[in-house]
Amino acid sequence: MKTRNNRAWFLVLPVILVVAFTALLPLMTVANYAIQDVFNPQSRIFVGMKWFYQITNDQLIISAFRRSFQFSIQALLIQIPLGIAIARIMPKSGWKASAALVAVAVPLIIPWNVIGSTWLIFSRSDIGLGGFLLNKLFNFDFTSDPKDGWGLILTVDVWHWTPLVVLLVYAGLRSIPEAYYQAAAIDGASSFAIFKYVELPKLRRVLLIAVLLRFMDSFMIYTEPFVITGGGPGDATTFASILLTNIAVGQFDVGRAGAYSLIFFIVIQIMSFLFYTVLTLQDREEVTKTK
Amino acid sequence: MAEIRLENVGHSYDGGTTFALNPITLTWEDGNAIALLGPSGCGKTTLLNIISGLLTPSVGRVFFDGVDVTDLDTAKRNVAQVFQFPVLYDTMTVRENLSFPLKNRNVAKDVIAARVDEIAELLGINKYLDIRPQKLRSDLQQLVSLGRGLVRRDVPAILFDEPLTVIDQNFKWTLRGRLKEMHNSTRYTLVYVTHDQTEALTFADDVVVLNQGNIVQTGTASDLFLAPQDEFVGFFIGSPGMNFINASVSDGSVSIGSTLIGTAVAEHPIPNGEVRLGIRPEFLTLSSAGTGTDVKINRVEHRGGYKLIHADGPHGNVVAKLPNDSAFVAGEKAQLVFHPERTYLFRDSKLAGRVSTKGAGQ
Amino acid sequence: MKKSETLIKGAFSPQKKKASLPWTGLVFWLVIALWMVPVAWLILMSVRPSVDILSGFEIFPHRFTFDGYRDFILKEMWYKAYLNSLTYSTLNTIFSVTLALPAAYAFSRFSFAGDKHLFFWLLTNRMAPAAVFLLPFYNMYNAVGLFDKTLGVAIAHMLFNVPLAVWILEGFISGIPRQVDETAAIDGYSLPKFFVKIFLPMIRSGIGVTAFFCFMFSWVELLIARTITSTDAKPISAAMTRTVSSSGTDWTLLSTAGVMTIIPGVLAIWFVRKYIAKGFALGRV
Repeated sequence: MKTRNNRAWFLVLPVILVVAFTALLPLMTVANYAIQDVFNPQSRIFVGMKWFYQITNDQLIISAFRRSFQFSIQALLIQIPLGIAIARIMPKSGWKASAALVAVAVPLIIPWNVIGSTWLIFSRSDIGLGGFLLNKLFNFDFTSDPKDGWGLILTVDVWHWTPLVVLLVYAGLRSIPEAYYQAAAIDGASSFAIFKYVELPKLRRVLLIAVLLRFMDSFMIYTEPFVITGGGPGDATTFASILLTNIAVGQFDVGRAGAYSLIFFIVIQIMSFLFYTVLTLQDREEVTKTK
Repeated sequence: MAEIRLENVGHSYDGGTTFALNPITLTWEDGNAIALLGPSGCGKTTLLNIISGLLTPSVGRVFFDGVDVTDLDTAKRNVAQVFQFPVLYDTMTVRENLSFPLKNRNVAKDVIAARVDEIAELLGINKYLDIRPQKLRSDLQQLVSLGRGLVRRDVPAILFDEPLTVIDQNFKWTLRGRLKEMHNSTRYTLVYVTHDQTEALTFADDVVVLNQGNIVQTGTASDLFLAPQDEFVGFFIGSPGMNFINASVSDGSVSIGSTLIGTAVAEHPIPNGEVRLGIRPEFLTLSSAGTGTDVKINRVEHRGGYKLIHADGPHGNVVAKLPNDSAFVAGEKAQLVFHPERTYLFRDSKLAGRVSTKGAGQ
Repeated sequence: MKKSETLIKGAFSPQKKKASLPWTGLVFWLVIALWMVPVAWLILMSVRPSVDILSGFEIFPHRFTFDGYRDFILKEMWYKAYLNSLTYSTLNTIFSVTLALPAAYAFSRFSFAGDKHLFFWLLTNRMAPAAVFLLPFYNMYNAVGLFDKTLGVAIAHMLFNVPLAVWILEGFISGIPRQVDETAAIDGYSLPKFFVKIFLPMIRSGIGVTAFFCFMFSWVELLIARTITSTDAKPISAAMTRTVSSSGTDWTLLSTAGVMTIIPGVLAIWFVRKYIAKGFALGRV
């Protein structure tokens, strides 16, 4: 149970200052842009909410958001269970555990553009192992078939980021005191019961972080689709970030892009907040008063 | 409920170089409450884990009621264990927690319900049955933990690994009392590990004092208090522990320095030479008159129901427990008065005999 | 001995190895083997000439080239960029974890005005696409004299790493029962001493995983690192853009760079492996 103590603010203050310095100021700049029409750095006019109205009616933008949402949900549905499963069968100690940790961590530490370029070549049916094999099974061509393009990007995301879930869950599992397993053994609990009654409850917080992180990051995915499919075929993999960058950089429409960014930001916030609220419903703790 | 027998059980964590627990042989009768008492590193938790099955001993065999269980793991030995902190299933209510071990053994629903009620009543937690245990105070949580062990009928022993560690000071007493009541009505064999002598002495029928991997002495609370076989027991038991003063024995007479204290009383005559005189603060008094062992009073501590007088002498510093009305103050000189029956002599840390003190001048 | 010490020595240390089903180990390594195929592909690409990579499919290269590695190791710009990235990622990890620990403890143990909103607000920092920060960061870091300095990048990356660190650590801290704090308080520990001696060892897994993630996210971050540096503190990510020139992408060089950038990450996880896998002191009494 938490104790009420307003002096705890001092412990949090350094974090707030750093984050405010690094975030608030830039965000305010973006907000500034978002309400102007910027033709060039010298010439801008205040347009108020014009961009916001435009964007909320723009079919292209709405589709991009819809795609991002579908993509992140699908990614979550694969990565979370898969990550948990892998973490559970990972070695727990000794040199095997060290080797396993390194192997699991490798996909995470490759720069994202290299991941993109590697999978780009790998998935081509003419020059890559993956593409070659897949093409033998069924006609695989991510440059022309939207489903293949989507599937490929989803696969890359799963390949790239499931290790994050694995590492979080693994660390979470290692934090469960041995006594719980001993007690469960004494109580005659089956493996499934141990998973359901000991592990899952103790992993709740870690899973919350994993879900939120993965949802946000998959929603904002940029580099890999940019490198591998460029948003195509057609607009099959034109996710919200890709469209945003096209507008900002390609069309150099800074005002509109500013508004888009803000909306993007708000959309993610709302969805994350929903996830967060639902997943922490059980956590409503009582607070005791002290000092 | 079972008799526990250990035959030459010992354990080394480093392949034989050092033994955390030196080989011991003992038998504990069915239904006893035994405390394993000792400081950190003495081997008590190692011993407990060997009994529970969490550890397989490097040497020796463990028997429950004559059956060799040494190679069985914890689950198969069917012991119940209470840990240093409450181990509960957070997503279940207290009732569900208590029913869990029986459900896993496919016991009939009505039997489970009856048994759960029975145990909850025994431990005094029946009004909490439908609450989630996280909401309870830690001593009640420990009772739920314990309850899960008790619901099974075929438990040979209940093992406690320092169970009061996270309990609020105010509730240690009530929990300890509960455990004692539980033991009295169920007569399970209980093995209780602690480094707190108060816990051990109030809880157990038999206390096993361990130090550095060896059993130093086994006995009841009064045995340990009044008849310590080893300096360590004298020192460890008691609050504060036994005083030790350098003394010497010469032809049966015991002297501190040049002051004659009394005659040595022992089963075997004590050879001449250096000894250590041990006396508990409870049995040491001071006098301001006469001759005897001189000490200078250093400090007077008020402890509510009694006073602790710290005094320094050339042969050792001592602490005496005196009633509140004693008039000694710091800086005064006084003489030590030894209890005629409770003054002991130790050589090489082992009990050698005691001192019968002369009357005159003290 | 103090009660709180008995807690770490007894309660939280593993006592006996549990035998797990033999086939789970096999399945795990099989999954890992499959998972590493693209990495193997990357390594193979790094020793094939760029032209070959694009011309046909083969599993083992029929001709090898180590030009990529030679360029990488010998040409000063790569070496320096490597070092720059290592510096700011390490610095950032240290800053982020250090700042986050007290804050995470506060969020976990105390309730104070605005705590829930603040906690969520922290994470929202990661919800904006990096692109929005580029121009403001460029101006800001120039203005405070942190442009083209590894320290600047280390600080800039705190934008997304500090919230992450706070969130993960809070989760692990909440896993330790409050009774531990209370027991230590009764034993007479002051808050800082208790934190360092008793508490930190208990959340080692969380710290290990947090440190690794901070390092990792900082190490792979391209946009911001590239934006606020130019020559002195140029990160490896910027140096990699040199692989794309008017004559097309030098796939070999890019792949080599990719392989080489895996190494510090491997070092990072190696460094924290014992923390994550719960390797703290076992107590036996």
